[in-house]
This record gives sequence, C-alpha cells and structure tokens, in this order.
Amino acid sequence: MKKGEVHATIYPTRLRSIDGAFYESSRMIDAAQCELIIEAGKTEAQYWKDLWHYRELFAFLAWRDIAVRYKQTVIGIAWAVVRPLLTMVVFTVIFGKLAKLPSGGVPYAVLVFSAMLPWQFFSSAVSEGSNSLIGNANLISKVYFPRVIVPVSSVIVSFVDTLVSTSILIALMIYYRIVPGWNILFLPLFSILAFAAAMGVCLWLAALNVRYRDFRYVVPFLVQFGLYISPVGFSSSVVPERWRLLYSLNPMVGVIDGFRWSLLSGMSSINLPGLAISSSLVLFLLVTGLWYFRKTERTFADVI
Amino acid sequence: MIDAVIRVENLGKKYVLSHDSPERYIALRDEISRRLKAAVDGIRTIGRQSERADKTRKEDYWALQDFSFEVPRGQRLGIIGRNGAGKSTLLKLLSRITEPTTGRITLRGRVASLLEVGTGFHPELTGRENIFLNAAILGMSRAEVRRKFDEIVAFSEVERFLDTPVKHYSSGMYVRLAFAVAAHLEPEILIVDEVLAVGDIQFQRKCFGKMEEVGREGRTILFVSHNLTAVRAMCNRVLLIEEGKLVSYGEPAATIARYVEAPLGNLLVREWIDAANAPQNAAARLVKVAVRGAGGDPSTHLSTDTGWEIQIVYSVKQDGAFVGLTMILYDGENNCVFSSINNREPEWYGKGMPSGFYKSTCRVPSNLMNNGWFSLTVNLFGKNFEEGRMVKDVLRFEILDGPALRGDYHGGWGGVVRPDLVWTTVRVSGEGA
Repeated sequence: MKKGEVHATIYPTRLRSIDGAFYESSRMIDAAQCELIIEAGKTEAQYWKDLWHYRELFAFLAWRDIAVRYKQTVIGIAWAVVRPLLTMVVFTVIFGKLAKLPSGGVPYAVLVFSAMLPWQFFSSAVSEGSNSLIGNANLISKVYFPRVIVPVSSVIVSFVDTLVSTSILIALMIYYRIVPGWNILFLPLFSILAFAAAMGVCLWLAALNVRYRDFRYVVPFLVQFGLYISPVGFSSSVVPERWRLLYSLNPMVGVIDGFRWSLLSGMSSINLPGLAISSSLVLFLLVTGLWYFRKTERTFADVI
Repeated sequence: MIDAVIRVENLGKKYVLSHDSPERYIALRDEISRRLKAAVDGIRTIGRQSERADKTRKEDYWALQDFSFEVPRGQRLGIIGRNGAGKSTLLKLLSRITEPTTGRITLRGRVASLLEVGTGFHPELTGRENIFLNAAILGMSRAEVRRKFDEIVAFSEVERFLDTPVKHYSSGMYVRLAFAVAAHLEPEILIVDEVLAVGDIQFQRKCFGKMEEVGREGRTILFVSHNLTAVRAMCNRVLLIEEGKLVSYGEPAATIARYVEAPLGNLLVREWIDAANAPQNAAARLVKVAVRGAGGDPSTHLSTDTGWEIQIVYSVKQDGAFVGLTMILYDGENNCVFSSINNREPEWYGKGMPSGFYKSTCRVPSNLMNNGWFSLTVNLFGKNFEEGRMVKDVLRFEILDGPALRGDYHGGWGGVVRPDLVWTTVRVSGEGA
C-alpha cells in the first residue's frame, strides 16, 4: 500500500457472474495424464521436461530484454556499436601503432576487431548474466519455472547485441578488402564454443551472486582482468611458444584464436593443442556450472 | 478419496534462521572472515573447540510441519490463518516456487498460481506485449494466448490503451489487465493469493464471478485471504493454519468460527529491543507499541465502556526528521474498523523533530467499539506519505463486554462499533390508533 493510504475493501455479499459463460471448456486435460509429485530433492527428470514446456519463455524473456533496451534508449543500437568500436581504436593505436606488435600481415584494426566480437559477447554476457537472477528476483519468488532460463536468456540477449556489432567487422573487412576463405565454415562452431564459455561462467556467477550478494563487486574486476589476459589487443602468437599451453588455460584464448582463424583465413594460425585445452576447460566450466546451479537452484526462492 | 487432485502428505518446510544478520543472504566477505577466524581460533584453542564451536547462532524454524490433507476435484478451498502462520509457505510449496524439506505433494492436473498480479510485467512494454509475456510466465503457450487474446482484452477493458506502455496505465488498469491474463489460464488447479483485494468494486465482482465459474466447471481453487467475508462467500471448504500446523479443515462456517473465536490471546505490548530488527524507515525506528486503558491504566482488561489508548514509542534518528504515524484497527474478521493519522498535531507534525525518543498516544473514547477481538496495524511514514513502513498485527486484544449501554438487555450485541447514541421520543399526538 502506497503513501500510507488505508484500504477498506468492500466485498459483495452475494455473488453473481456478470459476464455469462466465458469458458468454452474446450480442453479438459485428462488429469491423470499429468500427475506431478513434488518431493524434497527429487525433481531432476521433471526439470528437463519443464524446461521443454517453458521453452517459449526463453524467447520471451530474451525478447523482453532486447525490446526494452532498444526502446528505452534511442542510442540502443549505437551503444552496441560505439563501445567495441572505441575499444578497437584504442587497442589499435596502443598495441599496433605505439607498441608495434606483430599482426601477421592483417590490418591491425581487423585483427583487434575479430577478437573484440567474441570478447564483447563474453564480457557482456558475463556481466549481465551474473546479475540476471537478482534482477528477476520478483519473478523467481512469485512463479515457478526452471530458473536456468533466466541466465540463458540473458546470454542470448548479449548474443543479439554482438550480431549488431558484427556489422562493423563486415564494414572493416570490406574496407581492407579481406575475403574470408573456407575456414569461415567453422565460425558457427567457434560461436558455440563462445556461447558455452559464457554460459558456464554465467551459471557459476549467477548462482554465487544469489548466495553471496557482494559477489557482484567481483564480476567487473574479473571482466576487466579478463580483457588484459585474453588476446584481444594482440595476436596470441606474441606469447612465447613454451607458454602457449599455459596461456590456453584461459578458455577465451581458444575462442578468440578460433574466431581469428576462421575469419582471417591464412593470415592467422591456430594452435590445436591449445584449442583442445581451452575447449575442454569450457566444457568443464559448463558442466560444473550447471551442476552448481542445479544444486543451489532449489533454495533461490528462499534466499533471494 | 479417489478423486483427489491435490494430496499432501507429511509436508514440512524448514528454514534456517541466522541470528547474526537480519538479511537472508550472506556476504562473501563475512563468510571468508568467519572461516578465517574459525581457523585461527581452531589453532589457538585446540582441544577447547566445542566451547565456541557454533559462534554463529543458527536456528531451525519450521514454517510448516506435518501437513496432510486432500482436496477433491472442483473444491474451492479457502486457506486462512494469521500473518506468519504459514499460508504463503504452503502456497509456495504447492506452486513449486520452493521445495519441501519433508513429505510429498501429489498434484493431478495443470497448476497455475497467482501469488501476485502482473508478475513479470514490464513498464516499458505495451499492454499487448505484456499480455504475451505474462502469459508465457504463467505457463501459457503462445498459440493458446493468441486464441484467447480477444477475450483477454475484452475482460480487461483496456482495448484503447493496448499499444500504450503500461507505465502510463493507472493502477486500476494495470491490475485489470494482469488479472485478465490470469483469468484465462485453464488450469485444473488454480492457486490464488489475496490478489483480489485490488481494483475497484465492479472489477472485484467480475473476478469473483470468474472464480465461481472456474469452480463450477470442476476446476479446483485454493484461495488464501485475510478477508473472512470473502472466504465465506467464495469457498466451500476452509483450512485453518496456526503456527505452521493444520488446525482445522472443514465447513467454512465452523472453521471460520474457530479462527475468530480462539485467537492466540492478548498481545498488549510489543517491544523491539534489538534496534537492527525493529521496524523502521530512514527517519525513525519503532521501539514499543502498547494498548492501555484510559489514562494509561495498565490493566489487561479493556471493555466497551472504558476508553483506551494506543501508545507508540519511537526513536527519531536524526535532527529535523519527518515522522508520520497511522494506526489502523481491524476486527476479528480482518475488516478495517477505522484508521487515524497523527497529522493534526501542529506542534510536531510536518516540523523537523529533534532526534530522541518520543511517545505518541492516540486515545479512543469509551462507548465506541463493540466487544470482540481486534488487531492493530501501525504505519510509519515519511514526508509526502512516502517511505511507508507498515507493521501488520502489531497488537491483538479483546475488548470485553461492558454494561454501560446495555440497560436491561443482556443478549448478544451486533455490530463492530457500539456507539453511545441518543434516543429521544416525543408524543406526537394523543389520539390512539
């Protein structure tokens, strides 16, 4: 109740239906068909079934966030474009022009931007996704649906943003007359890898964020730190060969190298053992993230 | 019972209360420092660990315990109980928002729960967009919404504003739209939490009509409310919860009577010793609320023919703060009897108050209330009636039957109030009939 107002509600003493028969009783589902048993810690199979049942909610939540973002700010699209563009310019100047790092024959701006795409996706997915549960606290404490929908749909939103900024890369490639080769066929595969990496980290952080509310201060630091230890402003070939495998323990190294390799065919090489390490780490993050999320999910509504 | 659509067996829900922080979540820094401290303490006091083993005081709290009942198809079940009795927990368990600690629930049929009107509504989106979004959140498929879209819009009465963002809606329109979506769910089991206490009377009646219809079609309704009048009108069975336990399950009249006639006893004084847990807003913190006989007489018996007063003691946190108070009295069936605001006390109201402790007293004259049980709600508010902090059921007390206005009548006395009204009779004419 707002403003200290007092509400006195009057209820009708006699009930009548004002607007006649509304229901056409079209569909009385056979109740026995959908018997549901709720018990402590026994909902795993049901969970995945529910996930399928609520599949439309995925799309709706993602659509809501996208619609709201592009409605609220006129510069919604500009935001998705300007941010990576400026970062790209700064990196090109600092690493390409001032530090004169090698680019392997690729225009430095393209080298940077082909990495900015997956990195921007990853960083925005992680920052938005880790706050997604808290941001939807109201929903979580009032209705049931598989909670994993919330972080996943926020990752989808980041993905859409990234698609928007892909236009810059296309423009850059046209400008520098770079034609991708057959390697580009592998791009969807690396996109999936990027998605899996973002998802894994998101699941961990979103769940931890519910439990430890000050965890959100850690996230921006992680994201910022990640930018410097990932090969965004430079090619990972500048990393000495004997450190490459260790470097690949950063899952984004595999993703970014993969993006460069498939976009700038021939001009960028891929380190297969490194990719294998990065990919298995992504898989590990995803599986454990899902495990931790499922483990803590049942208490979200009590804690949030 | 063969045709039970809801079967609840030995249901229980336990919460772990931590006395160290009033918050429900933990800060990572606290957790880390606690563990470090425990480790250091452990090294320092090897062998004496048990002494300080559990420094963080934790306590199990059973919000619900040993619940078993069955609901046959088509029943309209009302769930009543005081604040904190466990009604909301039961609804949350039935609608799967949270998991039970013990026991099991068997649900046969699609469940839709309405614990709040307009869950997931986004102010920036239009009415049309929110219909689809809200429906998806409540578990309706897009095809289903499209099929019923016109009905939903007609029911909500907001056709003209369908493409306006709902942030421009009035609260009435907002509620109507939200309820319209919910009303067109076609679940076998509908769980409703007091959401009908909003909207205008016309619309409320429409909602009741809708719920009645839903019931007639053989769907099952669970309805939680504080308003016993509504429960009596709506439901054909009533379940009473007290302190997490199922107390009674049966005919509405009998169960409601049991609830009304056997309150938990008088609660004449409420005091918050721990400042952190006291109800408060930015300006002030409640310290104590008490009901006393007229003139501060601390006797425990209030009666219809003696006046009484409500004393509210509070601490003003800083100089110049604005503190407003409202007291609202409810009768035993949770009908609002009256409310009173402290805004006609020009000496204090609206002026910045110096920090310190204050006692505000509100006097209720004799021969105003009828006998019966009453409960008091206090609202602490700030400038422009904002920052309201509503404390429900602060006090609960019985006003006993006094003889003052009875004369030679000794039977039951109807009504919520028993005012001392004046009768005058004059002889108009001398001619007999």
